[in-house]
Amino acid sequence: MNIGQAIIEALESLSANKTRSALTILGIVIGVAAVIAMLAVGTGAQNTITGTISGIGTNLLFVFSGNMQEEVRNPKPLTVSDAQAIADEFQAPSVAAVAPLIQGSREVTFGREKKTTSVNGVTPEYERVRNINLLEGSFITDEHILGRASVVLIGTDVADKLFGHREGVVGETVRIEGQPFRVIGVLAPRGGSSFGSQDDIALIPFSTAQTRLIRRTRDRVDLILVEATTADNVKLATDEVTQILRQRHRSAIGVDDFTVFSQEDFVATARTVTGVLTIFLGGIAAISLLVGGIGIMNIMLVSVTERTREIGLRKAIGARRRDILIQFLTESSLLSLIGGLIGIGLGWLIAYVVGLVAKANGTDLTPAVGLDAILLATLFSTAVGLFFGIYPANRAANLEPVEALRYE
Amino acid sequence: MSEDVIQAIGLSKIYKMGEVEVQALRGVTFTIKHGELVSIMGPSGSGKSTLMNILGCLDRPSGGEYILDGEPVSGLSGDQLASVRNRKVGFVFQSFNLLPRQTALANVELPMRYAGISGRARVERARQVLEAVGLSERMKHRPPELSGGQQQRVAIARALVNAPAILMADEPTGNLDSKSGKEIMELILRLNQEQGTTVIIVTHDPRVAEHTNRVLRLMDGLLVEGA
Repeated sequence: MNIGQAIIEALESLSANKTRSALTILGIVIGVAAVIAMLAVGTGAQNTITGTISGIGTNLLFVFSGNMQEEVRNPKPLTVSDAQAIADEFQAPSVAAVAPLIQGSREVTFGREKKTTSVNGVTPEYERVRNINLLEGSFITDEHILGRASVVLIGTDVADKLFGHREGVVGETVRIEGQPFRVIGVLAPRGGSSFGSQDDIALIPFSTAQTRLIRRTRDRVDLILVEATTADNVKLATDEVTQILRQRHRSAIGVDDFTVFSQEDFVATARTVTGVLTIFLGGIAAISLLVGGIGIMNIMLVSVTERTREIGLRKAIGARRRDILIQFLTESSLLSLIGGLIGIGLGWLIAYVVGLVAKANGTDLTPAVGLDAILLATLFSTAVGLFFGIYPANRAANLEPVEALRYE
Repeated sequence: MSEDVIQAIGLSKIYKMGEVEVQALRGVTFTIKHGELVSIMGPSGSGKSTLMNILGCLDRPSGGEYILDGEPVSGLSGDQLASVRNRKVGFVFQSFNLLPRQTALANVELPMRYAGISGRARVERARQVLEAVGLSERMKHRPPELSGGQQQRVAIARALVNAPAILMADEPTGNLDSKSGKEIMELILRLNQEQGTTVIIVTHDPRVAEHTNRVLRLMDGLLVEGA
């Protein structure tokens, strides 16, 4: 008997018991759909998070004081002169731009509206380093720095809250901690991220912040943003920055009292976290697939018992063990394969709906059904059918013809 | 010697029912020649079903030697016996044992599928045999759409399709009314006379047995007549 005939015969016998076959298939459908949907949502979450981090800028390095891995006593704070040293193109040829910043949470008011937001003192380099786009207005210039100008750029969240709209707010005067600042621009929205909204922000000149709003002793800065010349040079730039800061902080031998963190490090961390999440979700879904497989075994056992006489007859007219085995294995594999195919469609649909719901709730999550997930689900479900079909099929194949024929 | 299709030498069969051993056959010896029409008779419990199962290669004897169509089959494995059944034995059962969801044609094709005969040759041969049993009009019908007599004709066609050495019929008229029973018996007699098919009928109906050339009568696992 060839496989084509076996499949046709299996389809005939499955269609003879349509309700039962459909219910058996349902178990696999749910299992596969759950696996597909979970993997898709997991992958979508991963894409969203890594995408958000990538939006920060691929060449970007974060330099901050302290060490996350090891205990350091009295870490020296980073200073403006540290930033200037890193900007030296002879000592650090792989560094394209350096933007030191200080930040603090301050209350911004306009008329009766108020909002507490993250106020950042930045230099003109910040625009380049963070890939800032403006809805309107212009960025902070060197003149603003020199003159310690009272100017501010606001994010869309702040604009929405204070003015109720985003356009045409340039020229208005807002107050930060009671001090008047003229709005010179509105930042283009960047969307939410795992670190909170990137649009809930206000940017003022570094010198203004230093002297009037966010006082820091001895030229201290909170964070130095460093842009490498190219994405390939990120590693090189990291080494150069580390070298310079070790020298300046006299920590050449001991433990670094600062940390250089690249965007890739962020991505890697996030990927690990979401990867674990995806495996976890997929694992739970796989259990339901397993339960579906046990359903198949159950039904096939019933089917073997019901068809004992048929098996006896087939053996009497010359069916070998292998023929019977193939017949029942084909049936169970077909059940799970059909279930798997429907399950892929359903899982896709579920993933799509999850994406829509997420979008409606303002989270940018696009579930991604990968080819690997589809192949995995198809193979896995067919394997489940085969595996759970083996026991019933073996039972059928091992029936003694005499007894099987006598069975009522 | 070569004209014997069946040689049974001292066949015995012991069933173990838990602790108790039941001796269903106690050493049965006989031969059947090519083209013979033989009936096996005996009261229930006499061992005639056991003998039929062994002659039809469905079961193995506990002792003795059985040679079917020149081939010793006593020591064969399950799959080897399946192959012997496929090539050399045609079964006709009291309850027809057709696959209810398959057409008459597909039912007749089934033994050829297990023999590995290709599609086109299979359909042709099945048609030919169905015509020979007088069912050329009903090939596409499924068993539930056929009368008992017609179903038994399909079963006979299925038994003959691989041109077996023997046709084993177990109470072939047992589930039929007298008219179709008579027709089936006539069909079997005709096959025996015209095509020289060796036929063994297991029955307890004397009216069936009287059509046959020879009666093997069993009693308590022993052959008492016809050897």
